[in-house]
Amino acid sequence: MRPISRRKLIAGGVAATAGVAGLAAAARLAQHYGLIPPDHGGIYGPGQTLTYAAQRLLTMHSLAREFPRSMISKTPFANATAPPNDLFKRHQASGFADWRLAVDGMVARPGSFSVSDLKSLPVRSQITEVACEEGWSYIAEWIGTPLTAVLNEVGTLPQARYVVFFSIDSEWWDSIDMADALHSQTLLTHGMNDGDLPVSFGGPLRMRVPRQLGYKSVKYITRLTVTDSLKSFGRGLGSSEPDYGYAWYAGI
Amino acid sequence: MSTADSLANPGNPRHGAVVRATHWITVIAFFALLISGAEIVISHPRFYWGEVGNALTRPLFTLPIPASRSTVPTGYGYVLPDQNGWSRSLHFQAAWVGVLTGLVYAIFSLWTGHFRKSLFPAAADRNWTALWKVIARYLRREPSDEIEAHSYNVVQRTAYLTVIFVLFPLVIWTGLAMSPAFDSAVPVAVNALGGRQSARTLHFFVSGSLLLFLVVHVTMVVLGGFRSRMRAMIVGRVATPKERT
Repeated sequence: MRPISRRKLIAGGVAATAGVAGLAAAARLAQHYGLIPPDHGGIYGPGQTLTYAAQRLLTMHSLAREFPRSMISKTPFANATAPPNDLFKRHQASGFADWRLAVDGMVARPGSFSVSDLKSLPVRSQITEVACEEGWSYIAEWIGTPLTAVLNEVGTLPQARYVVFFSIDSEWWDSIDMADALHSQTLLTHGMNDGDLPVSFGGPLRMRVPRQLGYKSVKYITRLTVTDSLKSFGRGLGSSEPDYGYAWYAGI
Repeated sequence: MSTADSLANPGNPRHGAVVRATHWITVIAFFALLISGAEIVISHPRFYWGEVGNALTRPLFTLPIPASRSTVPTGYGYVLPDQNGWSRSLHFQAAWVGVLTGLVYAIFSLWTGHFRKSLFPAAADRNWTALWKVIARYLRREPSDEIEAHSYNVVQRTAYLTVIFVLFPLVIWTGLAMSPAFDSAVPVAVNALGGRQSARTLHFFVSGSLLLFLVVHVTMVVLGGFRSRMRAMIVGRVATPKERT
């Protein structure tokens, strides 16, 4: 082993100090521009953060690919069945007439919407692909009310940073940042392929976030909460998915 | 530094510090990607071609293994434990480590001329005859000559260049093409491959090619002299002929 010269030692020290200072500055900038995901801690935190920050910068204004009608899958795959809880079954028996979407948190006018209330707001349809983290996929036409239309109705406060959404299955909840919440393709979906959204595909109401994998598109939505921090929800990781090892950000 | 210089001065390292460090970091990242990738495949061991494919569509081919999800028809009466959560997190973290390490290696190699000096075959060797000569020597199980302890032969150079400039870029591209967010920004990444499921199938085959390279690479290291080759890649120094006996 060669002895390390004093000059090298000083140069190394300066470089290390500059590196640490640079990292600290980068972390502050990333925090300021909302590039740090809620699950940034832990052993896989660096990977989750790099992926989220890189993709958030890259996809600031991008639209998920939309497909021609001829590419709609003849055999879409529903994956999971309806939640077996009694509350859902009662709603199903009454044709979901009493299904409500509660909206609360950092909004000027907290409110509650029936599915037909949502249908009276602007509705759009899009033909996009659902890609499951397991590897399979299908294309369907999704008809729904853009989340932005609902957020406009309730008046989102300027400090809002995330929208948290809850399924009737209380163990299934998730959240998206405002970039995805205000994205034109993020739909509170109530229709699929020209009909009502089937229960097996998330009916009567499913959050569709087509720039992220299927698990972000939570089924059976009953409540939205607008917030500036995810710390008070569950374990503070932004979603029920990190409990099973999955990333909060599902763009990859 | 030419081969002759290296031979003339045994103090010169066989592999530079950057090459050695990036090599072993890549080894760790590759194993993490391989294991986590295999776990992810087990959740849906069916492959398709085109844009879409799922348990209700006809697969291009199916791996004859059980799955870790009960929704996949495999013909097996049981379901393996589901490992996708940590596997996905590890897969993408290891991918970042691999890509950033590759970037350091590529910048270093361009800067120092490592690609040109150590990897691109000499003009005289850029033909099938030269390649075949080395392969024939391998097949005859002849020991490598002294020069090969200090520099790569044309078959090694071709294999390493294929991995660095063909397989690594392809595995990154086909992997990124499976990201719905990346595809929203760069749709051509997935469309040029023929769709999402084609990208997934190609990712599987490119990964398989890398695994094949790994097996051959390790076999050749063992045949070429495990201790001296490992020593060259760990501490940099090549054992002298006397030490090697």
